[in-house]
Amino acid sequence: MNDRISLKINGAPSLEELQKAGMLPTIEELEKKACVCIECIEEIPCNPCETSCPQNAITIGYPITNLPVIDREKCTACGLCIPACPGLAITIKSIQGDRARIRFPWEYLPMPVRGDKVKMVDRMGQVLCDGIIIAAQTAVRNNKTVVLTAEFPRQFIEEIISIRR
Amino acid sequence: MQPSSKPTVVIGAGPAGLCAAIELKKAGAPVILMDENAKPGGQLFKQIHKFFGSKEHKAGVRGFDIGNELLAESLQLGIDVRLNTEVVGFGKDHKVWAVENRSRSYIVDADRIIIAAGATENSLSFEGWTLPGVMTAGCAQTLINVHRVLPGKSVLMVGSGNVGVIVAYQLMQAGADVAAIIEAAPNLGGYGVHTAKIRRAGVPFFTSTTIIKAEGKESVERAVIANIDSRFVPIADTEKVLEVDTICIAVGLTPSIELASLAGCKMMYVSELGGNMPIHNEYMQTTDGSIYVAGDIAGIEEASTAMEEGRLAGIHAAWSMGYMSAKEMQSKTEQTRERLGALRQGIYGFKRYTAKERVVQRGMTK
Repeated sequence: MNDRISLKINGAPSLEELQKAGMLPTIEELEKKACVCIECIEEIPCNPCETSCPQNAITIGYPITNLPVIDREKCTACGLCIPACPGLAITIKSIQGDRARIRFPWEYLPMPVRGDKVKMVDRMGQVLCDGIIIAAQTAVRNNKTVVLTAEFPRQFIEEIISIRR
Repeated sequence: MQPSSKPTVVIGAGPAGLCAAIELKKAGAPVILMDENAKPGGQLFKQIHKFFGSKEHKAGVRGFDIGNELLAESLQLGIDVRLNTEVVGFGKDHKVWAVENRSRSYIVDADRIIIAAGATENSLSFEGWTLPGVMTAGCAQTLINVHRVLPGKSVLMVGSGNVGVIVAYQLMQAGADVAAIIEAAPNLGGYGVHTAKIRRAGVPFFTSTTIIKAEGKESVERAVIANIDSRFVPIADTEKVLEVDTICIAVGLTPSIELASLAGCKMMYVSELGGNMPIHNEYMQTTDGSIYVAGDIAGIEEASTAMEEGRLAGIHAAWSMGYMSAKEMQSKTEQTRERLGALRQGIYGFKRYTAKERVVQRGMTK
């Protein structure tokens, strides 16, 4: 529990807690390609991330309370795991020059559309910067979870998790 | 052995009762499924979120879709579902006394009885708790997800267990704001992924905090909260006022044991599973060998565990009446237990697993 003080008191994990769990990419990895980020650091019985991945890049194994392990070589950043995660804990992030992108799950109304100017928030719900929606994917297989892509200044890449509701 | 022609009566058409009835009917046993509500499904149709677990537990499927799948299966099997039907008591030798539409009373001579009556939400009393606007989290969830009525615009959630955090999220999805979630314990109770998605929406959590009072003329206008010490006593001068019009109480559930108690099933107190509950063995059989329990009545868990417990009860009851070979019963039971075991692992499941083991120990040596 000591590794999860922020999660169990503030409700959201700190960057340190997440890095300890080893499911976040490094800045160098983010500069190379889009990377899946899984913010799931408690042993709960759940494995749709593993079964949703066509590349077998996420492993939970047995028992299903294991934390996910990402194989970054295999991951193509297809994003199928984002709406598959019942905990809305998966995003895909990337860096291009001085801009960063995040693909994240969204289940609130009104539904943002491409071109919307949005406020980017960190894990504690604080607005850190402005962003713009560059894609909104509503495929049927997402089962009503929309996958949004937002672009924002690169310096906030590690903290940004979503947009203001 | 000639199978009995008397039916099994399953009481409660929630996830546990539906799965029990499905297993019985699949085995060829006559079954009557009774529910006091106008619609079957129990709480499943209020669950608009995606379920956890693995594929076998229908992970990633939203609760109401699981409800629809179970209903379709029970329809296809031709299960005798009697809605608006309350079971109010039992006669000798497992006679079930049912009242239909609060007007017609009749008796069913049952061979086996499976009680899947669910649970009741716990209450919390504080100054102003009778004001309109104070309600249980389950009540708010029914209002938004079944009746499509928003109970208020600004909500205080009392309790950070999975029910509290899931309903808080769904209230935001329905258009309300959640002012805060408070928790009496020093740590938050619900899954971290649930608390994290609420926190990122800007909702603050306050641990070691309780509600002191609700204030308002005609209905709730504000709530006063305060920090509490390790003995749960409010600490002076830590009071905070929140401008809210709705206060939701999510402080746990208690098994609805009335019918099992009426039937004479022996009880035991298990605090981790919500209080008094019928003692049962690993086949969900109570101390009355012809009566089974499944789902929240057999200890507060989740819909996914309730479904598996319902299957265990249905499979064993079918075998005990001669509708299934011992081999088939054992193999189906083993598969079900494996799925159930998977859900009772990890930091949350293990506590329930050990508590359930205690119950089953008592159930085997009754």
